[in-house]
Amino acid sequence: MSILSQAVIDSLPYLFPGIVTTLGLVLIALGIGLVMGIPMALIHVYGSRPLQYIIKTYVWIFRGLPILVLLFLFYFGIFPLLGLYISAFWIAAVVLGFRTAAYQSEIFRGAIISIHDGQMLAARSLGMSRSQAILHVILPQALRNALPGWTNEYPILLTDSSVCYAIGVAELLTRGNQIVARIHEPMTIFILIAAIFIILNYSGQWIFARIERRYRIPGYGEGDSR
Amino acid sequence: MMTDEIILRVEDIHKRYGENEVLKGVSFDVQRGETKVFIGPSGTGKSTLLRCINQLTVPDSGYIWLNGEEVTHAGPRINQYRQKIGMVFQNFNLFDHLTALGNVEIALLRVKKMNRQEARKKALMELEQVGLSDKVNSYPAELSGGQAQRLSIARALAMDPEVILFDEPTSSLDPELTREVLEVMRRLARNGMTMLIVTHEMGFALSVANEILFMEHGLIVEKGPPSEIPTSQNFTRTRQFLGSFQD
Repeated sequence: MSILSQAVIDSLPYLFPGIVTTLGLVLIALGIGLVMGIPMALIHVYGSRPLQYIIKTYVWIFRGLPILVLLFLFYFGIFPLLGLYISAFWIAAVVLGFRTAAYQSEIFRGAIISIHDGQMLAARSLGMSRSQAILHVILPQALRNALPGWTNEYPILLTDSSVCYAIGVAELLTRGNQIVARIHEPMTIFILIAAIFIILNYSGQWIFARIERRYRIPGYGEGDSR
Repeated sequence: MMTDEIILRVEDIHKRYGENEVLKGVSFDVQRGETKVFIGPSGTGKSTLLRCINQLTVPDSGYIWLNGEEVTHAGPRINQYRQKIGMVFQNFNLFDHLTALGNVEIALLRVKKMNRQEARKKALMELEQVGLSDKVNSYPAELSGGQAQRLSIARALAMDPEVILFDEPTSSLDPELTREVLEVMRRLARNGMTMLIVTHEMGFALSVANEILFMEHGLIVEKGPPSEIPTSQNFTRTRQFLGSFQD
């Protein structure tokens, strides 16, 4: 028992940078997804036909392929082909980001089209331009409605991020595996890794739940009694 | 309060949705300070007509003139004309993410580009006009139907419109809430606001309107001052529509 817990204590300093890397991957990917996802959703809903098709195709590809295939495709194919030699970490973050952008754009699109037509009509009737109406009336409501679905991307990304092990990103699982290779206590180390993932997952979800509560409108939207 | 000045001219408006011709050539003039009430069976194009006036629905042909300026084919200038043509909707269409104050302020800030202080002062004044001074910080979902509709009237009023279009403003309200909304509209009429109203509230229509326009199958079929309805030849079809109204 004491040997086991000693293994845990000894491992933690080595695992810690892995935790930072994992969270880094997830947060960068979430950010890329957000920055790309909202404009993509707006174009999908309000854009011209050709632009809509570009977005649809993008979503179709990035939702259609397994993450590992995407990772290999970008790591061994697309980035080298473009002459871009960036670290495995950044390739992984970008690929996870591109992928979640596809999902996030669908979340935001759903939230935008769920806003009643009357909101646009009322905004236009006051003399707002279409883009003003979208910016000041449609989006603020749509983003709130999207929040529960959007925050769900966090646990998905966190658990998916361990695949980046395959291209040698020194994230949590990679570092755990390196320890196992040295001290041959797979059970202890992998339980420890699992526990850390659980903690990261649910503490993150707890924070997002607080954010959702913070932006709730009285008597409006989900989770409120009316 | 009515003057001879024609502020709005509606000229031969046509609108078709596929096979269904909703408006078949509607024309009328509106004088400043006048209240016109449109009545008639459902589905005869009354609401479509109102939406054609501020171009929320673009008519297939015909013209709208506001103070002698063409509103149809206005391009991006339509946003300026719409500021002068207020609209009140049947289901309020309040901005659910904003408080009562925010609902009235937003167009003042974003469209009229007023500064915060000015906008707030103006919005508070309009809210007082419709009796909502105690609901300034309430969200639409926290208001009764009557309060919500009065708020949407305040939102329209804040833009200082030349004319306000009311599209069945009380149709989703019970009689008690209807009364408080009609009270506000009655006061607007008295104060000389130019109003075009689509409604089924006949008592209100008869007491407030300068002119009643009866629409059927996409056309104005009968019109005249409400006092003529019980007797005049001009209102034979209207009397039939209103049924028991004569007695």
